Amino acid sequence: MSTEEQVSQAVAEILSSHKKEKKNLILLLQEVQASLGYLPKEAMQKIASFLEMPEVGVWGVATFYNQFRFVPLGKHHTVVCMGTACHLAGGKLILDALERELDIKVGETTEDGNFSLERVACIGCCMLAPVIVIGDKIYPKMTPFKVEEALVPYKQEPQSEKS
Amino acid sequence: MTFKEINNKAKSEWEALQKGSYILIGTATCGRAAGALDVVDAFKKELKQRGLEVPIIQTGCIELCYADPLVTVSKPDSLRVVYHNVTPEIVPRLVDGYVAGDDPCLELALGTLEGDGEEGVYIPELPRFEHELRLILGRCGYIDPENINHYIANGGYSGLEKALKMSPGKIIGELKKCGLRGRGGAGFPTHQKWELCRKATSTPKYVICNADEGDPGAFMDRVVLESDPHQVIEGMIIAGYAIGAEQGYIYVRAEYPLAIERIQIALKQAEELGFLGDNILGGDFGFHIEIAAGAGAFVSGEETALIAAVEGRMSTPRPRPPYPAELGLWNKPTLLNNVKTFAYVPLIVKRGGEWFASIGTEGSKGTAVFTLAGKVTDSGLAEVPMGTTLRELIYDIGGGIAKDKQFKAVQIGGPSGGCLPETLLDIPIDYDSLREAGSMMGSGGMIIMDEDNCMVDAARFFLDFSTKESCGKCAMCRLGTLQMLHILEDITAGRGKIEDIDLLITLAEDVKVGSLCGLGKTAPNPVLTTMRYFRDEYEAHILEKRCPARVCPELTVYYILPDKCDRACEHCVLTCPTEAIKGGKGEVKIIDQEKCTKCGTCLEVCPPEYNAVVKLSPVSLLPSPEKAKEKITSHSGKKNRK
Repeated sequence: MSTEEQVSQAVAEILSSHKKEKKNLILLLQEVQASLGYLPKEAMQKIASFLEMPEVGVWGVATFYNQFRFVPLGKHHTVVCMGTACHLAGGKLILDALERELDIKVGETTEDGNFSLERVACIGCCMLAPVIVIGDKIYPKMTPFKVEEALVPYKQEPQSEKS
Repeated sequence: MTFKEINNKAKSEWEALQKGSYILIGTATCGRAAGALDVVDAFKKELKQRGLEVPIIQTGCIELCYADPLVTVSKPDSLRVVYHNVTPEIVPRLVDGYVAGDDPCLELALGTLEGDGEEGVYIPELPRFEHELRLILGRCGYIDPENINHYIANGGYSGLEKALKMSPGKIIGELKKCGLRGRGGAGFPTHQKWELCRKATSTPKYVICNADEGDPGAFMDRVVLESDPHQVIEGMIIAGYAIGAEQGYIYVRAEYPLAIERIQIALKQAEELGFLGDNILGGDFGFHIEIAAGAGAFVSGEETALIAAVEGRMSTPRPRPPYPAELGLWNKPTLLNNVKTFAYVPLIVKRGGEWFASIGTEGSKGTAVFTLAGKVTDSGLAEVPMGTTLRELIYDIGGGIAKDKQFKAVQIGGPSGGCLPETLLDIPIDYDSLREAGSMMGSGGMIIMDEDNCMVDAARFFLDFSTKESCGKCAMCRLGTLQMLHILEDITAGRGKIEDIDLLITLAEDVKVGSLCGLGKTAPNPVLTTMRYFRDEYEAHILEKRCPARVCPELTVYYILPDKCDRACEHCVLTCPTEAIKGGKGEVKIIDQEKCTKCGTCLEVCPPEYNAVVKLSPVSLLPSPEKAKEKITSHSGKKNRK
């Protein structure tokens, strides 16, 4: 099945389980993103016609909120907490270290699709600051040096698959 | 079933639990981050191996986050012992020692919940509990948030039962008597909102719980929802009854998936027992609650912006009046309160407004819940009566400043609040005192800063946050905060001018006046308070190009002290990510300032016995390369890093 078909099937499934009410727009966007990992263009068109609203309205809402993404995530989505406690404990240095180690900027995905990097305002684990999250694993009390170590197992993965 | 029957059933289930042994493990988000789920698995495995059938209950958070993961072993005829920083490795020891045997393993324990302290630390007598008064955090960590019977057996839903026998006017009368003010931060008298909604004639009416806890560094609403969600639901139902609403929404940020999951379970269980639905407890009153998950926008915490988000629109605020109590969700009367405000309601109904009013200060009644984070020894949550001083909170409850550092400031209320200095630590915590000091109660996030934190950088950080989160509707908030940010960036980079200080103050006042909602009106607070209490730091950055805390990268350099460097050690050379450190084995190491990115790795890896890496500010303190080179004999070192 092509990616396009996968997208339209997933979107159709989600739309069929909801009422055509404009208040459901954010919910629909969230469910599509939960299923596909991001919001492809086709999905936005389908949601717009389902809710009988202009597509630009859907984009307006989707781009307003921080949660929504319009490009696919990397295999290991990496999140840096930039909350107050993490900032005071050197969060910026951790972000710099990740950008340097992964060779991408915040909001980007590595060329091999292995990593994507994002910053969030606070994940609420302030006593473990500074914190990063790779996939769903939380790495507490990070230092620039520990960032390098934390990434090692994820970086080695694709190589071992190839060999 | 009548309430009495439901209550009896819940109580017998709870009592049956107390008759045997059981294990409580805190698996709120904070516990999970510290590895609590691995501990749960380890207990399951060890119990199974030994053929022991002891219930494991996953609770919320008992607010001593510094000690997570926390495990409590409860035995019918023995002391309840709380173990801290539990790892899967020590689980077999705990199972053999105390779950199966009689050795309470006190060397691994934080303390006991009973006893006279002879068996080690008696937890209720820890210094922090001299100040704490846990009204809404009381059950957190001791009950299963996914089992409604635990809540009911510990007094839950009896407030609702009582409320349904009262008139709406009487309930609001109790709220007026008790003096409860909104716990979202602004401190608007709760009874006034309720009264306005009750008097509104248009229908249907709505109740919304604001769980969009967006302040970085604040997580008490998350803890309440993850640990004891039913008290919030009960408060909302009472509110629905008092104002005449039949539909409620809980607006939770999407960043709190566990809170959403636990609310969903709680709503379902409340429906099954008849606390929610068309005929609550068999009567005529009906009330339903739905979850609306936020999508990540700080401005959604503002009530009119939140309403827009629930309607599925862009979350931007609108001018008030009209207030949501008249024109709210879908232009209908809407009651909007914070998570904690609703959580107090069942208690106030049950115990009466006068009881609540007896706690706290003249203008601020009851307790306040704070999160303590940053450079404090024992981070976590605390619930204290209003009027407790900041010093008591930071030193007695939080255990003081970590690593024997010097206290510098406490930041209260997130990006809307301010940074207060040591001289103000003795002011009582209440809405009015904090506002006078230039800060605000906010939602209750408290971040402690020490000598290693730069106040100009802190102000820049908060402004950066506000700039990113400004919804863009008001020009002063959208552009004014950006201009302020640029000025602060200049100052932290050593490009500041002394006139910038006055310009910042002028801009700050303009942004306050020219913004519609709380975000813009309070965004300048961190700048104004740091300027008021830490002006010397601004001046040091501008006039001396010096960052007193040695934080701002443009004004700071790393330097290896030649006489402290152990020539045989190569830790810094091997770990420097940019290969900026020169010097082979047997040589003094030297940092190439051109290549250095100021990541701090060398400082981190330099063994404590040498402590050779230091930060210097201003940059002019750096000894000239010639001088440093005198100490180095050759450059034959080779790097073996990839």
